[in-house]
This record gives sequence, structure tokens and C-alpha cells, in this order.
Amino acid sequence: MRSDIAAKLASLPPDEQVLLRPLVVTTSRFYIAAAILGGILLWGLFAYYLQVHKGLGGTGLNRPEYWGIYIIDFVFFIGISHAGTLISAILRVSKAEWRRSITRSAEFITVLVLGFGAIQPIIDLGRPDRLFNVIFHAHLRSPLLWDVTSIGLYFTASTIYLYIPMIPDLAIIRDSGIKATWFYTFLAIGYQDTPTQRARLERIIGVLAIVVIPIAISVHTIIGWIFAMTLRPMWHSTIFGPYFVMGAIFSGIAAILIAMVVLRRAYGLENYFKPIHFDYMGRLLLLFSLLWFYFTFAEYLTAFYGAEPAEMRTFWAKLTGPFAVPFWAMVLGCFVIPLGLMSQKSMRTPRGTLIASIAVVIGMWLERYNIVVPTSVNPRWDMESLGHYFPSWVELSILAGTFAGFILLYMIATKFFPIVSIWEMKEGREQSVHEVAVRVAGYLPEPLVASARSE
Amino acid sequence: MTRWGMVIDLDRCTGCAACEVACKSENNIATVSPEQADLGRTFSWMKVMAQVNGDFPDTTMRFMPRPCMQCDNPPCVKVCPVSATYLGEEGIVGQIYARCIGCRYCANACPYTVKYFNWYAPEWPETARHALNPDVSVRPKGVIEKCTFCHHRLQRAKEEARSDGRELQEEDFQPACAEVCPTTAIVFGDLDNPRHRVHELKQDPRAMRLMEELGTEPKVYYLTPRA
Repeated sequence: MRSDIAAKLASLPPDEQVLLRPLVVTTSRFYIAAAILGGILLWGLFAYYLQVHKGLGGTGLNRPEYWGIYIIDFVFFIGISHAGTLISAILRVSKAEWRRSITRSAEFITVLVLGFGAIQPIIDLGRPDRLFNVIFHAHLRSPLLWDVTSIGLYFTASTIYLYIPMIPDLAIIRDSGIKATWFYTFLAIGYQDTPTQRARLERIIGVLAIVVIPIAISVHTIIGWIFAMTLRPMWHSTIFGPYFVMGAIFSGIAAILIAMVVLRRAYGLENYFKPIHFDYMGRLLLLFSLLWFYFTFAEYLTAFYGAEPAEMRTFWAKLTGPFAVPFWAMVLGCFVIPLGLMSQKSMRTPRGTLIASIAVVIGMWLERYNIVVPTSVNPRWDMESLGHYFPSWVELSILAGTFAGFILLYMIATKFFPIVSIWEMKEGREQSVHEVAVRVAGYLPEPLVASARSE
Repeated sequence: MTRWGMVIDLDRCTGCAACEVACKSENNIATVSPEQADLGRTFSWMKVMAQVNGDFPDTTMRFMPRPCMQCDNPPCVKVCPVSATYLGEEGIVGQIYARCIGCRYCANACPYTVKYFNWYAPEWPETARHALNPDVSVRPKGVIEKCTFCHHRLQRAKEEARSDGRELQEEDFQPACAEVCPTTAIVFGDLDNPRHRVHELKQDPRAMRLMEELGTEPKVYYLTPRA
């Protein structure tokens, strides 16, 4: 670090010193990790180049197994993207004060992973060169077109929702002079933290937090509908919309927890991601693992009890047939492990939540696998032969490249933007402690309010 | 209004697969290598399905030629994001190869699994290249294709009838599979025209359609075996 920048950083208040440090100090471990991830990303890009050049024949897809890894990843990544916007918006709207240090890192996950999710169906296209036909020849009855619309809207809304609450922090960086000033001057759009500007900012954030919630819910509902609108056994289910939204939030919480543990360790943010945050997020994870079980049980029991032959072929293929391993691994990852760990207070620690979250992320990826593949290989018509699916190296390379690309972009983002909101921490210290005391007093019967006022 | 349809008498079908072969050469259907075939990437717009019932030695074998059902309420048409598959005026479900983006949503939506995807650019053995049908467009890689009831034959038959100044007759337009069937198990015509055989055959007590309960309204009827 240059000495003048070090002096500038040292002159800042303590919160800013800690939270802006990653913007100016980069360790060699960061560069090594970035190089490895960059290598994997390039390998994935090479695999995609081959696929475009030769056609989708390089995948393991076939008839009737038309959709595979790319569509699984599409559902998975868009699901993860519900982490940020939805959780941060819900916590904001419900005035959960402990959110302050978490929202920014969560919102970054949303915006970055959404892009990687949205390209998956394009990677899956036989003719990516004709992508814009969805605009030129738009057929509004197709759920895929609803999807294009809602993801476009969600990407716009969540980018704005990431940017607007970041403006005061961008102004802080601009004024500190530790990074290229022109860049932050441009992004901070003249914000000076005057009371009028602050009030306006808070009002916009308040409106946005409410607007993004229905948009986020629509996104994963429609992804569920892409499957549910067909007449395929175990896809044609009314529960799919809410089931997908619930699963998206579930995997999103797990993704935030993993990011929190890594950021805490890498950037020394123990003071910001405290045991209480892991305790509360762990409780949320527990709640959603129970919800996951409820939805999954309802879905499978209904299919089993009705016992239509076409449904039952797919049902048994999952429970005891060729998909028994991914199915029960999913139950382990989404239910048994998170329930076992998160129901104990001693496990709702960074380490405990990390283990549970990794289990949930793997479990939720498998859930999407168990939705896409078993139905695909079991056509409704019993005279049709069963399909099989084994992903090729091209698909697995693109899968690895996508994960690497997302993590790399997220790492780079932490070098340009504070990953914990500085002004919201400050606001918490200066205003909210008092506001919460007044609010809690306001919940209580009148005489107590009077005595609180007289103090 | 003309509604092209097919009635297949399963009592007459011997499972010879002449319909499959005729379809392949008529419609420029690509051949794939044995390795690709093992992966499940063959093309058969018309396919003779076979099913063995019962345990040895009391077994029976059932054959069922399966073209596109040309549904009046096609699930594939609904889901296509770019209207590359559509229901034509005379009831034939068409494919626009030049518009298809290759998302394969229609293939997943079809309960009869009649849609085929071009995983690679199509290939033919050198000898077969000379026998390609100039009336049928060759599909590029990355798009969906399926049975069209030999729609190109309909266009030609209409032009010939118009130049002769007469109305289109049943025998003017027959798809390759119906034309070649040695036992005349496959009968083709206008379901709404009382002068066509299919009009009466579709009302036979043995007539049924595949997965009628789904409400897809297929225009391919099967006459179930008597025995």
C-alpha cells in the first residue's frame, strides 16, 4: 500500500478503516485464488466455444432427456439470487435491526449470481445466434417468455436496490480519496449526506424494498411454472410456484451464510458478523429446512396417494430406482443435516452454520436435479423407452466455469465496494439504538410510555 | 374445413417398419452413428413402437406406428417462446426451422415424445446424399424437427389439382408412410370430409386416440386390435 493512501486510511473513523481496508489492501492469497478461479472460468469458456462450434452434441443430452445441467444450474443460480434482495428487503421492511451488516453482501450475491443464472438457458439453446427471436417473434403464451420478462425486471430492480443504498458509502470513498476519485465521484452522483438527501434516500430505499419483494417472488414462481405448465408427470403440479420460491430463499440463506463466514475470515470482519448474526441466520435456515420438508412431503404424498401410473413411474424412479442416491442425498442435505445442526444453539456458530449451509447448497442443487432429470427420462407414454443421462465433460466444465466466474466476480466486487454498509452501521449506532428503545416502549401499555417520555 | 388426419388399424399392422423407412427417405432424415444411436439421438418421425405383453411362453407382441399426433390443442405450440411451432389452417402442426431457437421446451411439453432435436449438423452416407428429396428442406443443427404429415406433398398436390382445374381428391395427397404401408393399415385423409375413408373409420367402435384424457385432441386415430 502506498504511504499516502495508508495515511488517508488511518485518518478515517474506525468503522471505515476496517471496512475500506479490503479496497486498498490485497493479499497474495487473493491473487492466487483469483488466478485459479480465472483459470477455471477460461476453461469453461473454452468448453462453451466448442459447444457453439459443434452443436449441443457435445453434451450428454439426448431424447427424451432434453434438459440437463444447464437448466438445473439455471434454477439453482436464480434460486441463490433470492438471497440478497428478498432477504435484505424482508429484513428491512420488518425492521430487523440485526440486518445492518448483512444486507450489502447479500445484495451483491443477488445481482452477480443472477447474471450467471440468466445465461444458463442461453448456453442451453441449440441456436444462441437466434436469441433475439424471443423479442422479434415473442409468443406471450409461452412461460419462457414470462420468464424472460420477470428476470429482466428482477435484474433491473435488484441492481437499483444494490446501488441506491450504496450511494452514501460511495460518497465516503470519494471523499476519503483512497481510490480513483473520478470513478466514485461519478457513482456517488453528488451525494453530500445532507438531511434532505438522507431523507430522500431512505424514502427511495423504503419504496424499493417493498417493490422488489413481489418481483423476486414472481421470478422463481415463473421458473416453477415453466415445469408445472407442461403435462409431464411430477412437473404438472400446482405447488411448484410456491415450492420453488421457498427453495430459492432456502438456498439463498445458505449462500449468504457461506459468504459471511468467508468474508469474516478473509477481511477480519469478526466485529461485524458476530455470533448473534450466525445465531439468527441459523434460525432462519432451520425454519426453511422445516418448510422445505413440509412442501416436499406434501408434493410427494399427493403424487403417491393419487397413484396415477405415469406419476408413479417417476415417483419410484426417485425413491427407490435409479435416482435413489441423489434423492436421499437431497433429503440429507436439505433436511437431516440442517435440522440436526441448526436446532442446537451450540451449532449456530460460524463453523456450524457453514457446514449446514454447504449441505443445503448441495442439497438444493440436487433438488433441482431430482426435478429436471427423473421426469425427463420417464416419458408419460409407457411404450416409449426410458432415457438416461450422464453429463459430458463439456457440461461439467461449463458448470465449474460458472461457479468460478461467480465467485471471482464477487471477490473483485469486494475490492471496489465495501461489503458491509458503512453508513448503515453508523446510522445504527447514532440513531437506531435510541429509535428501537422508543419503539419497544411504544409497544407497552400507556403509563410506561409516559414514564419513558419523562426520562 | 379441411382437417388432415390418420387412422391406423393395429389389427393390420405387422410391424414391418416400411412406414419408418419410407418416412426417412422422403423427409431427408439424418442418419446417426451407432455411438450416437446408443446415446438416444436417432431420428424417427414415424416410429413403430413395440411392446411385449405377458410372460413366456404366453406372450403377445403389440405394434403401434407413431407419427406426430397433429393435435388440435397441441401442448408444444403453447409453450414455444418464438412461435416456431404452430397449428396450420388445415390442422397440421408445423415447424419453422429458420426461427427455432432450440430451447427444446416443445419437446418436453409433448406427451407423445415425437419431437427430435438436431444435436449436430445432419449427416448422410455419401450414397444417400444423391437421393435427398429436393422438396423437403434440410434442417440445420440446433433446431427441433418432427413429422409434418408430408406437408410438401400437400402443397404439390394442391398445385397439380389447381393446374388441372379440379378439386383435391383423397388419393392426390397421401403421406409417404400411408402410401407405402403393404397392409393398408395406415389410412390418411380429411377427417371432416365424408368422401374420405378416415371420416367413417374414425367413428369405428374400435377407434381410440392416444392419451385422449389429456385433452390434446390428436388427429391420429388407432383402431384397437380385436383379439
